Amino acid sequence: MSDNEVAGHARSRMEGAFQPSPEMGPTPPSQIYGHFSDENPEMVQFVDADGNRLETNETNAPYAKIVEEMTSEDARIIYRDLVLVRRIDAEGFALQRQGELGLWPSLFGQEAAQVGAGRALREQDYAFPGYREHGVAWCRGVPPENLLGMFRGVNHGGWDSNENNFHLYTIVIGNQMLHATGYAMGIAADGDMATGDPDRDAAVMAFTGDGGTSQGDFNEALVFAAVKQSPVVFFVQNNQWAISQPNETQFIIPPYQRARGFGFPGVLVDGNDPLATYAVAKDALDKARSGQGPTLIEAYTYRMGAHTTSDDPSKYRSSAEVEIWKEKDPIKRMRGFMTERNHADEEFFAAVDAEADEIAVRVRKACQEMPDPEMATMFDHQYTDHHPLVAAEREEFLAYHAGFAEEGGQA
Amino acid sequence: MSGTRLSLAKGLNAGIRAAMDKDPKVVLMGEDVGTLGGVFRITEGLQKDFGEHRVVDTPLAESGIVGSAVGLALRGYRPVVEIQFDGFVYPAFDQIVSQVAKMHARSLGHLKLPMVIRIPCGGGIGAVEHHSESNEAYFAHTAGLRVVTCSNAADGYWMIQQAIASDDPVIFFEPKRRYHERGETEIDEGGTAELGLYESRVVREGTDATLLCYGPMVKTCLQAAEAAAEEGRNLEVVDLRTLSPLDLPTIMESVQKTRRAVIVHEAQTFVGLGAEIAARVQEECFYHLEAPVLRVGGYNLPYPPSRFEEEFLPTLDRVLDAVDRSLAH
Ligand SMILES: Cc1ncc(C[n+]2csc(CCOP(=O)(O)OP(=O)(O)O)c2C)c(N)n1
Repeated sequence: MSDNEVAGHARSRMEGAFQPSPEMGPTPPSQIYGHFSDENPEMVQFVDADGNRLETNETNAPYAKIVEEMTSEDARIIYRDLVLVRRIDAEGFALQRQGELGLWPSLFGQEAAQVGAGRALREQDYAFPGYREHGVAWCRGVPPENLLGMFRGVNHGGWDSNENNFHLYTIVIGNQMLHATGYAMGIAADGDMATGDPDRDAAVMAFTGDGGTSQGDFNEALVFAAVKQSPVVFFVQNNQWAISQPNETQFIIPPYQRARGFGFPGVLVDGNDPLATYAVAKDALDKARSGQGPTLIEAYTYRMGAHTTSDDPSKYRSSAEVEIWKEKDPIKRMRGFMTERNHADEEFFAAVDAEADEIAVRVRKACQEMPDPEMATMFDHQYTDHHPLVAAEREEFLAYHAGFAEEGGQA
Repeated sequence: MSGTRLSLAKGLNAGIRAAMDKDPKVVLMGEDVGTLGGVFRITEGLQKDFGEHRVVDTPLAESGIVGSAVGLALRGYRPVVEIQFDGFVYPAFDQIVSQVAKMHARSLGHLKLPMVIRIPCGGGIGAVEHHSESNEAYFAHTAGLRVVTCSNAADGYWMIQQAIASDDPVIFFEPKRRYHERGETEIDEGGTAELGLYESRVVREGTDATLLCYGPMVKTCLQAAEAAAEEGRNLEVVDLRTLSPLDLPTIMESVQKTRRAVIVHEAQTFVGLGAEIAARVQEECFYHLEAPVLRVGGYNLPYPPSRFEEEFLPTLDRVLDAVDRSLAH
C-alpha cells in the first residue's frame, strides 16, 4: 500500500459505509468534515505532531485560557505521567508474554487521552473505568500493582475503590456508564455540587471506548444524566477499533455529535494531544461541578497495539495505518512542545526515563511475588451477612481437603 | 395503626414509609413510582411526603434504573427500585447478575450494595403477555443475590423493611394477585418483626404431608389444606418466604415430621425452585420419606394467554391431587 492510499484509507472506510441520499435530508456534518481523519476542524488541538503550539482558532479558543495558565511544572507532571504509564503498560504486556499474567489490555497510544482526563480530575471526583484505563488509575494514585491481580487471576479487582475514588475495572462493556451516572446523581442529592467551594463540588468521569457507545447502557446513561442534569462527564476514547470492528460498524453520527441529541454538549478532542485532552476535560468537569450538567468528550486517538494480548490485529488492519499514527505519538509531541518552550532540560527527561525503569522493576517484582490466594477465601465476602449455603459449602470444602491432609499424614 | 388489617399493597406501602422515615438514605426509583404511586400504587403518597429527590420518577429504561441505583448505592444511598412487571426485568438482568450480585465479592468486601429490587410477580390477574411471569429461579440461581417473597400484609410490612436494612442486594418478589386482597393478618406497627428475613414460617400445622409454597401459592395451599381437612387429612403448610438462601432447617423439620412433601409454585417446574428443594429434601430426609417428593407448578411453557391461566396455574385441585399421589405410597 502506498502512502497515498494509506492517507485515504481512513476516510474511504467511512464513505463506503454511508451513502447519503437526497431523501435523507442534510448530509451529517461528519460526512462533510470527515470525522475519521484528524483534519476535522471541529477537533480541539493545541499542539501539532511535532509539538508546535497551534494558533488559537474558533475550536480551541474556549479552552485556550486553561492551556495558557499551565505552568512548566504542570507540563513536567503530564510528561512524567505519559512516560511512566507507557512503561507500566509495556511491563504488563511483557508479563503476559512471560506467563505471569493471563491477559493484558494495552493502553499504548492512548496515554495522552487518559493522562489529560486523569489530571483534570480533582481529589473528590470519582472515575468509573472500563478495563484499559491504567493511565487514569495512575493519575488517581492507584498503585499499578493493584491492576495486576485481575489479569493474573488472583482476584476480580480487589482494591478499595474509595481510597482513590477509582472504581474497579468493568469488563461488561457499558455497565459502568450507568454506575457513574447514578453516583453523579448521588453527588447532586448530597448537595456536593454548585456550592462554589472548590474542595467540595464534585463530578464523575465515566470511560468507555468507541465500541462501547453502541451499548444500551451507554445510551441509557446519557438519557439519565441529561434529564437529571447530573455532574458526569462521559469520556469516549475513540481508538478507532473495537477488537476487529472499525468505527463505521458502531455509528454513522460520531459520538461527540450524538451528545447533542441527548441534550448536552459533545466535544471532539485530539486524543494524542495531552494539552488538549487536559483542557477539554478540565472545562467539562468544571461545568459539571458547577451544576451545568453533563458533557461527552470524544478523544480521537489510536490503539497502537493489539486489542489485548489475545488479539491479532494483522488480521483486520494494515501496518501502514499504524505507521501513520506513530507520527502522532503523544510522548514525542509533548517532548517537542516542552523543548521548544524550555519547560524542561535533558536532565529532566533522563530522570523520568530512569524512574520508568525503576517502576517497571517494581511492578514486575510485585507481579511475580503476588501470592496465590488461600483457596478457602473464595467463600469470603460473597455476602455481607451470614449465608447458610456459603457457610455449609465452605465447611464441606475444608473437610474435603482436611481428608487429603489426613491421608497424606498417615501414609 | 396498631393491630390493623391491611391489604398486602398497603402493608408494603407502610413498610416502605417506615424505612424512609428511619433512614434518609433510602431512596425509591422506578417508572411512575412518584406522582402515580406506581402502577400498583405501592408507593402511593410517598413522593408527596418525601419529595422528588427521595422518590424518583425515572426514564423508561430498566438497565438504567438498576445501573444508576448501583452508582447511588456506591455513593452511600440505599436505593429501592421498582420493576413495573416481572416480564420487564430482563433489560436489567445484565446489571443485576453481572454487577449487583458481584460487586461486594469482587471488591473483596470493600464495597457494599445495599439495594432492593422490587418485582411484582406471578399471574392470575388476567394480564397480557410479559405481565405474569415467575422468574425467581434466575435470581435464586445467581450467587451474591438474596431472594425473598412475601404473601401477606404483615410480612410485606416487615420484610420490606428488613430487605431495605440489609447490606446485601435483595430481590423482593411481591405476588401481584395478592396485592389488593383483604388482609387477613394484622400489622402491629409499634411492634417488632416476628421472623428474620431469611426464615420460613409454618403457617398451618399438620401431620400427614407438608405443602412447601411461597408468594401467591400460600393462600392456595392453605385453601387446599382446609379442603383436605374435610376429608380427614391433616396437611402442614410452610410459607418459605426466603428463596435464597432457603431456610433448610425449617423445611427439613417439617418433612421429617410429616414424611411427605409436595412443593407448589407458579413457575414452570423444569429447573425451578422446586427441583432444588426436592433434591435437598432427598439428600437430607431420605430415610424419613414415605413417598417421592412431588412438585406442582406451571407447565413448561411460556406463560399462556389469560384465558388459559386458570388451568396453567396450580389450583387447589391440582395440589390435592398431588397430595393424593403422595399419600398413595
Ligand atoms: C457486553 C460485552 N460484549 C462483548 C465484550 C467483549 N469485548 C471486549 S473488548 C471489546 C471491544 C471493545 O471496543 P471499544 O469499546 O471500542 O473499546 P476498546 O477495547 O477499543 O478500548 C469486546 C467486543 C465485552 N467485554 N462486553
